[in-house]
Amino acid sequence: MTPQAAAQQLVEHLGEGVGEPAEFRGEVTMVVGRDKIAAACRFLKEHCGFDMLTDLSGIDNYGEEPRFAVAYHLYSLTHRCSLRLKVLLDEDDALVDSVAGVWSTADWHEREAYDMFGIRFAGHPNLKRILMWEGYPHHPLRKDFPLAGLPADLPATAEEAGRVETANMLGGPYFSGPGQRGTVSREPRQYDTAAEQADKLSSPNKAEPV
Amino acid sequence: MSSVVNTAVDLRAESRDVVVTRLDSAVDWARKNSCWPMPMGLACCAIELMATGASRFDISRFGAEVMRFSPRQSDLMVVAGTCVYKMAGVVKRLWEQMPNPKWCIAMGACASTGGMFRSYAVVQGIDRILPVDVYISGCPPRPEALLEALMALQRQIEHEKSIENLRQDQHQPRLGGAPVRGPIVVQG
Repeated sequence: MTPQAAAQQLVEHLGEGVGEPAEFRGEVTMVVGRDKIAAACRFLKEHCGFDMLTDLSGIDNYGEEPRFAVAYHLYSLTHRCSLRLKVLLDEDDALVDSVAGVWSTADWHEREAYDMFGIRFAGHPNLKRILMWEGYPHHPLRKDFPLAGLPADLPATAEEAGRVETANMLGGPYFSGPGQRGTVSREPRQYDTAAEQADKLSSPNKAEPV
Repeated sequence: MSSVVNTAVDLRAESRDVVVTRLDSAVDWARKNSCWPMPMGLACCAIELMATGASRFDISRFGAEVMRFSPRQSDLMVVAGTCVYKMAGVVKRLWEQMPNPKWCIAMGACASTGGMFRSYAVVQGIDRILPVDVYISGCPPRPEALLEALMALQRQIEHEKSIENLRQDQHQPRLGGAPVRGPIVVQG
């Protein structure tokens, strides 16, 4: 079975609430309504042979409406083909049915999407944060969350260790891209004056006996 | 040994099995040559820490081979790797469970400053939660750098006023010792 055929079967099976399959470079993507996603996944698993959920992730299309999406990457080990499902979610009501009952692996993936984006999954057996601690007030992979972080309290077991503080970015972040400056020229030391560079070269930070 | 312990042998004594020294020197000499590390391995630096403990680099040449996985039996915490905020409380608690006197080596860029992880999740230097005695640069540092750091720490320990420190509630290794010119930084 090809992903196109599976997509056609899914449209016929569910009817309303499933978008037309879109194809790009041989990859088939379907947009599914948030209340139909569990049924769609169960149908694809049980009748179309998509027995593996390779990935489930949240997406933040910041500035667009609807803001959030959840992408499901399905793979069929028997037919050796992939299919992608997407659910679009409004920021005010980012709630989607859980597929943890279809593939057990979705359990932790959905917890990650909840932790990082704040997308909630209805019917999830254990929907709590997986990377950050319980009580952390932010969702760090949202596009409006700064890379340096925001101040927050540490978990109750670690309060004596202080608070979460915003990281000093030191002019960064530094990243590479085609046509951009190379890894050497973007280093902060490039902006040191000649005297500072000579000083660093002449006195490397070698430990001195106390 | 002779360069460390200030001996004053009384040549008039018939028997030469008496050594006169300051108690500070004797205690410091014992402490510096038997640091028991608490391997706080958090990331890839821990691999270099293990290499330092293995036969090729052999940290036992410096008396620090007894890696204790219980904080109550160790006196040198080697923070090797990236400390995230979720782990910070654990590191802090382990540090507080270590009995005095105790020392800390921040091994590598992440433990010293947060390293390349300038982000919301990583503690920007372990010295925000613990007092660090020696910092090692490098990502990760070579085992030689860790040995150099250990030797730098030993040089610090041998100048501590250990007996005076016993009277303090809190162990303050730098109290009363030779003036420390900033933190000790070892180039990895």
